[in-house]
Amino acid sequence: MPEPLEYPKAMLTRATLDACIKCTICETACPVSAVTPLFPGPKFVGPQAERFRDGESVDHSLDYCSSCGACTLACPQGVQIAELNSQARAVMKEDNMPLRDKLIGQTVLMGKVMTPFAPIANAALGNKLVRTVVEKTVGVHRDAPMPTARLHTFQGWMKKHQPPASPRTRGPVVFFSGCAGGYFEVETSIKTVEVLEHLGYEVIAPKQGCCGLAQQSNGLFDEATKSVLKLCDQLRSGGKDLTIVSASGSCAGMLKHEAHEIMGVDEEKLHDVGTRMREISEFLLELHAAGDLPTDFVRNDITVPYHAPCQLKSQGMGMPAITVMELIPGVKVIESGRACCGIAGTYGLKKEKYDIAQAVGQPLFDMVKEKNEGIAVCDTETCRWQIEKGSGVKTVHPIWLVHKAYGLS
Amino acid sequence: MRTIDTDVVVIGGGATGAGVVRDVAMRGYRAVLLERADLAQGTTGRYHGLLHSGGRYVVSDPRSATECAEENIILTRIHADAVETTGGLFVSTPGDDPEFPDRFLAGATASKVPAEEISVGQALRREPRLNPGIFRAIAVEDGSVDGWQMTWGTVNSAKAYGAQILPYHEVTGIERDGDQVRRVRAHDHKNGEDVTIDCTFVINCGGPWAGLIAGLAGCHDVEVVPGRGIMIAMNHRLVNTVVNRCIYPTDGDIIVPVHTVSIIGTTDVKASDADRLTIPADEVQEMLDSGEAMIPGFRQSRAVHAWAGARPLVKDTRVSATDTRHMSRGMSILDHHDRDGLKGLLTITGGKLTTYRLMAKNVVDEMCQQLGDTRPCRTAEEAVPKSESGKTYVVTHRLEDREADRMEEQIICECELMSRKMFLEEMRGRPSANLDDIRRVTRLGMGPCQGGFCSTRAAGLALHDGLIDVGRANGLLELFLKNRWIGLWPILYGAQVRQTALDQWIFSGTLDIEHLPEPEKAVL
Repeated sequence: MPEPLEYPKAMLTRATLDACIKCTICETACPVSAVTPLFPGPKFVGPQAERFRDGESVDHSLDYCSSCGACTLACPQGVQIAELNSQARAVMKEDNMPLRDKLIGQTVLMGKVMTPFAPIANAALGNKLVRTVVEKTVGVHRDAPMPTARLHTFQGWMKKHQPPASPRTRGPVVFFSGCAGGYFEVETSIKTVEVLEHLGYEVIAPKQGCCGLAQQSNGLFDEATKSVLKLCDQLRSGGKDLTIVSASGSCAGMLKHEAHEIMGVDEEKLHDVGTRMREISEFLLELHAAGDLPTDFVRNDITVPYHAPCQLKSQGMGMPAITVMELIPGVKVIESGRACCGIAGTYGLKKEKYDIAQAVGQPLFDMVKEKNEGIAVCDTETCRWQIEKGSGVKTVHPIWLVHKAYGLS
Repeated sequence: MRTIDTDVVVIGGGATGAGVVRDVAMRGYRAVLLERADLAQGTTGRYHGLLHSGGRYVVSDPRSATECAEENIILTRIHADAVETTGGLFVSTPGDDPEFPDRFLAGATASKVPAEEISVGQALRREPRLNPGIFRAIAVEDGSVDGWQMTWGTVNSAKAYGAQILPYHEVTGIERDGDQVRRVRAHDHKNGEDVTIDCTFVINCGGPWAGLIAGLAGCHDVEVVPGRGIMIAMNHRLVNTVVNRCIYPTDGDIIVPVHTVSIIGTTDVKASDADRLTIPADEVQEMLDSGEAMIPGFRQSRAVHAWAGARPLVKDTRVSATDTRHMSRGMSILDHHDRDGLKGLLTITGGKLTTYRLMAKNVVDEMCQQLGDTRPCRTAEEAVPKSESGKTYVVTHRLEDREADRMEEQIICECELMSRKMFLEEMRGRPSANLDDIRRVTRLGMGPCQGGFCSTRAAGLALHDGLIDVGRANGLLELFLKNRWIGLWPILYGAQVRQTALDQWIFSGTLDIEHLPEPEKAVL
C-alpha cells in the first residue's frame, strides 16, 4: 500500500466524488482534452476512475492531466477533480518516478547551480545541440521555454539593499519570493519590494527555500511536504502574525490551499502561513478597498493583454491584477479569456507533452500577438516564459506596471 | 408448442439451480434448467455480495461456519473471475459485547474457520475510515462475489456439458404418471409459447418460491419463509475489506466492497410474498445508523441504490415462526417420495450463496442414490469458463481494460466503464434481452447516474444495430428507468437527489419520455 497517499489524507478529496452528477461541464472546461485524445478528460480520470482505484492507479493516461485545475474551478457540484487526479498520479508514479521528474522539481538547486555561471548557463540553454542532448538524456523538450539565469540572486540584492530613508509608516510585512523570484525573476521580486517600501512598509525577507509545488505536481509528495513545512518555518521566522506578500502567484497557491487539499498536509504552521499569505495584486486591491492605496499614478497609455494563470484562478480571489492595473490612468487591460497557457508548471517542459502544451497555449499566443502594444502581463513565472516563447511578446508581472506608475522605474 | 425430452429438469435459475444443473450435466445426465425470469434475478442477485469466510456463523451456527470456510476456498478457485479476495475484519465497535470476540475466536478454532486477532492500530491502518473507537479486531478470509457472474459462469459450464438453459420459462405444471414424475410444463414468456418437457426427475431449486413449485406437483405445505433483507449500495468503496461487527449476528452489521460500491446489509423480517418485498424507511435509517457505527461519516456518503431480497428459510420448529434470522441457515432437502409419495422430485432449499455448490452436490448425490447410479460429483475440481486461469477479480480490472482500448472504444456506461463493444456483444448474444438482463451481466446503469446517461445510449445502440425496433427501444428504456426508480425512492437524500433531479430533467424535461408512444405489446 502506498504511503505518500494514505487514505486518511485523501479522504477529504475522495469524498467529493460523491458530488459528481456526470454533467460533463468539467470536460468542456478542460484545455488538454480539447487538443489531444491522449488525455481521457477530467470526468473520466477524476470522479469516474477514482471509483475503480484501490490504492493503485492503473490508468497511465491520467498523467496527461496538466493539473491546471480548470475542471475543479468549473465544477458546479464541488468535486475536487484536479486534486483527485494529482493524488492518483502520485500513487501511480510512486514506484516508477522518472529521473527527469525528480530533477525538474529541484527548482532551488537549479537556481543555485546556474546563478554563479549565468552567462554560460544561458548560452548552454540557448544552444540547440546542448538542448538536444538534454532532451534525449533527461526528457526535457529542446524547444521548451527555460528561465534566464541572473548574475545575482534576490537574496543577494536584498542584503545590500538600503530601504528608503523615509519613515516606515505602515509597519512590517514578510516578502515571499518563491524560487523563480529568488533566482530567475529577480527583477519582479525587486520591483515588488520597492513598491511595498514606497507605500511605507518595512519589508522582511527571511532566508527561504522552495514551496515544493514542482515536486507536488510531479507526484513527489514526501519531498514536497518536507519542502513546504520547512518553508513555513522560514516564513514564520519573519515575524508573528505579519502579512506575507508574494509576487509568485502559484507558490502562494501552494501555501494557501494546494499543500492541504492535494497532499493532505494538516499542520498548524501551514494553516497559519496559508491564511496570512497574499498575492501582491490581491494585497494591493485589499488596500485599495480599505482606501489605503495611493493612486497618484503616472499616466501610461497602453493596452495590455492579461492572462490570469490557472493557479491564480484556483485561489478563488477573482482577478485582482486587472482592477489594480486599471487604477493607472491610461492602462486598458484585455483579459485573455483563454483557459491555460499550456505550461502548467513543468508539464510543458516534458518532451512527450511539449506539443500538447503548445497546442493548449496557441489560442492565448494568438490573442497576445493580436492585442499587445509591446508587452503582455501574467502573474506567474513559468506562464510568462511560455507566453513569451509562444508569442514572441515580452511578458511581465503586473507589478511592473504599478512600479512604473509610482515613478519607481 | 415445443417439446423437449430430457433426464432431469431443474427448476429455478438462482445460484442453487445453476449449481444443480451443472452438477447433473457434469455427471452425464441430460438436463434442462427452467427459470421464470432472468438467471439470478431473485435471491441470488439481491444480496450484499459477501463470500462468507464462515466467521459470521462461528458462534451461532458452527456447522454452517465450517461449510462456508470450505466452500469459500472452492468458489475462489472455480469462480475466480467472480470473486474478489478482499479479506474481512470483525471489529468490536463502542458499546458492543466485550465478551463476544473471545467466544468468536474459540468458535473459529472449533469450526476450523481461519481467524487471527490483529491490533486496533493494524485494523485502522488497513481501513482508515473505520471507527477509531473499535476495541478488538479479528481478520478473516471474507471476500466478495458477484452473484450474477457466478451464476452465469455456472450455467455456461453446464451448457458446455450439454445442459439446456431456459430463462424466462415459467413452470405451469408438474405432471406425474402414477407415483412417478414424468413431465414439466412451462410457458416461454419471451416468445409467448408453451413448452412440454418429458423427464424422469425434477429438482426444485425455487428458493423462497420452492413451496409454490412443490405445490404444482401436488406436494403441499412445504413451508419456506421468505426472510426479507434490505441492502444499500454506497457510491464508492468506503472500505476495501469486508467489515463485520463482532457481535452475535444481527441487522446491519456488514459492509461489503463489491465492484465499485460498498454495500451495507441487512435486515431480516418475515415477508408474506417474495414477489412483493418492500424497502421500509425505518429499515433504511437503521442501515445508515449501523454504517455510521462502523464508519463515522457514513451518513454523509452518497447512497446510490437500495434493494430487498428474500432468504429462503426453512421453517424450523425450534425457533419462533417470526424469528427468521435464527432459523437454520443450513440447507434442507425434502424427499417428496417419503413425504408425499411422489417419486422423482426433490426440493432443496435454505442454505446460502457461499454454500450453493455443496447444496447442489448434496441434492444430486441424493438423486443419484435414488436412481441407483454411482456418479461422483466433480464440480469442485473444475473451474467454470473464464475462471480457468485462477486469477481473481480486482476492482481495477475495468479501468485497465478501458485504458487499453480507450482510443478505439466508446464508453456507453461511464459510471461502470462499460464499453460499446461489451454492450453489443451481450445484446447480440441475447437479442430478446431487456436492459436489466444486460445490466446484470455488464453493470449497465448501476453506478451513480443510475441510468441517467447510459440508458438512452444503450437503447439507441441496440436499435441502430438492428437488434430491436423503435417500439421495443422505447419500451426497454421506460422499463429500465422504472426499475431503477424502485431502488432510488428509498434513498432519496443527499447527493443522489441532485443526480435524480438532473436525470429527471433530461428524461421528462428534454426527452418527454412520459409521452412516448405505447409499445404494441408489453415489453419484457
